[in-house]
Amino acid sequence: MADPAATLLVVGATSAIAEATARRFAAAGTPMHLIGRDAGRLAATAADLGVRGAHVAGTTLLDVTNIAAHAAALDDAERALGGAPDIVLVAHGTLPDQRECERSVAATLKAIDENFTSTVALVTLLAQRMHARGRGTIAVITSVAGDRGRGSNYVYGAAKGGVSIFLSGLRHRLYASGIAVVDIRPGFVDTPMTATMAKGPLWASPARVARDIERAIRKGTPVVYTPWFWSWIMRIVRTLPRALFHRSKL
Amino acid sequence: MSAATYGSWGRLAAPVQDVHAIRHRDDALPELPAGRTWLPYGNGRSYGDSCLNDGGVLVATRGLDRFIAFDDATGELECEAGILLADILDLFVPRGWFLPVTPGTRLVTVGGAIANDVHGKSHHVSGTFGRHVRSFELLRSDSGRTICTPTRNGDLYAATIGGLGLTGLVVRATLRMRRVESEWIDAETVKFGALDEFFVLDAESAETHEYTVAWIDCLASGARRGRGLYMRGNHESGPDAGTRRPSATSIRFPFDPPFSLVHRATLLPFNALYYGRQRKRSVRRRQHYRPFFYPLDAITDWNRMYGRRGFFQFQSVVPEAAAREAVGEMLTAIERSGEGSFLAVLKRFGDLPSPGMLSFPRPGVTLALDFPNAGATTHALLDRLEAITLAARGALYPAKDARMSADAFRRSYPRLDAFLPYLDPRCSSSFWRRVHG
Repeated sequence: MADPAATLLVVGATSAIAEATARRFAAAGTPMHLIGRDAGRLAATAADLGVRGAHVAGTTLLDVTNIAAHAAALDDAERALGGAPDIVLVAHGTLPDQRECERSVAATLKAIDENFTSTVALVTLLAQRMHARGRGTIAVITSVAGDRGRGSNYVYGAAKGGVSIFLSGLRHRLYASGIAVVDIRPGFVDTPMTATMAKGPLWASPARVARDIERAIRKGTPVVYTPWFWSWIMRIVRTLPRALFHRSKL
Repeated sequence: MSAATYGSWGRLAAPVQDVHAIRHRDDALPELPAGRTWLPYGNGRSYGDSCLNDGGVLVATRGLDRFIAFDDATGELECEAGILLADILDLFVPRGWFLPVTPGTRLVTVGGAIANDVHGKSHHVSGTFGRHVRSFELLRSDSGRTICTPTRNGDLYAATIGGLGLTGLVVRATLRMRRVESEWIDAETVKFGALDEFFVLDAESAETHEYTVAWIDCLASGARRGRGLYMRGNHESGPDAGTRRPSATSIRFPFDPPFSLVHRATLLPFNALYYGRQRKRSVRRRQHYRPFFYPLDAITDWNRMYGRRGFFQFQSVVPEAAAREAVGEMLTAIERSGEGSFLAVLKRFGDLPSPGMLSFPRPGVTLALDFPNAGATTHALLDRLEAITLAARGALYPAKDARMSADAFRRSYPRLDAFLPYLDPRCSSSFWRRVHG
């Protein structure tokens, strides 16, 4: 870290990407607070980060779709860290079954809740608290799926793409205030969320993606594709003429 | 999920297996239809088929990579079983702690080190890895979770250490680490001209050095037969003198050659150069622990240099009294076969008992070899080496094996019958079906 005393708050701390990223901060001795949904797994992640050198100030159980509980969870984190965190990594998310979403409005809205509404609500609160102080970094894990709606995955894509647009506006608004807003767009990452998908050469490990995330947070990079080649892939996907795009099975 | 990356290090077989990855300690075992079996899979560094389950399921454990607790007073480290020895070393060596026992690669999981009760250059001082495992949690198909220590569920503990993953899944384990004052090794390499000299050197070094091992030039014949380099070392004491560490990055062997690059024609000059490089009889230098213990880890995917047909490893141990003769016979058999071994390694095991019912290390001399797979001629050589080992009342090492007969397995492991009751009823492996049916 540029500032070794900078504090870190991780939301969705037991997700594979969050865990891998937190380990990189742990190695630097970063004080951190962890928020997650499953008590046993959250404790396991906290213990691991502690052995790795982090000062885990505390943990808070939270189901992020319970928006009424967000403020109390952030209060908890601020108490444990002795003030608002310097860096927040928002990493929770789920990968919905696209086919099921097509058949079910409820499944679609659930996916939107878990991947969009909860994130936007939480980041709004975080921005308020950071704005009051005038510094900090808000990093959110979105997805390359948000770059263009594709038939195979557009509910998830819409939620993540919506978050990206929200972050873009927030960054614009906070530009002068010294708060960095980092939009992290991973490609295929080999995690439990993608356990049932066939893996190929484009797949990356959580540790590989975590390296890029740490660097982006340090530099305050506005938008980062990870691994890097997704930036080029998505440029093509975004610019592919509709006539061709519609014939593809992306 | 397809499983192209779930092979064994020797790359001999292309098994068809389903993979069930687990990432949390509270994850359940896969629910399988009757007749389907599973096998824990760590980092795939077993050479033959003991980490494969052709036609069945692999329970991939690399996601279980969390530390749980470390006690700085006792050196007791509790961690999940899918963590790599490399991860432990990277974190703990700078803090002054080292693995109690380390094999020749750091790219194995803790679970794999337990399941094969691995050994290293310090066997004559520290015994096997399993001796330093204080406890572990075992998850079984029939009885759920059990904590095992030498005294609590001691039989299951002894069956699981060296048990090839067949007694269930080790979820987490507690090891006792050892203190080191430095990342550096006071290392010495001594040339020896014949097999007899190895035994003399070894007798004197066992008292003075924690780490001892020898490389044998198995292509040298006649008067030079059994010549080699004896390597010995100790952890340095005192704070690091500020010598620059070697880079931790590795180079990658980048492609699959259509034939093995390791061959008699390439080995002859290599071995001559390797042996001849050192002019003086003895060279002493300080060496960082990584190149001292893990020279091959510097080349990622080094197994690819043996080409698409893969390669065999062979490791045997023979009792001390029979060792000179048996090792000599093996070298003769290799010479006659026209095959060559790149990594011919000789080491004397000490007397410290191995804790596992199926542990390989036992008092005697162990010889490890590797041969590119040339088909029938390689098979014939391996059969010959097995026969020499068994005639000397020795044993073969499953982690290095792709060929041993059921008879050889039974004769190598006299406690096999004591082990059988602890087999998990849903666990199996390609190796197990080969040697046990």
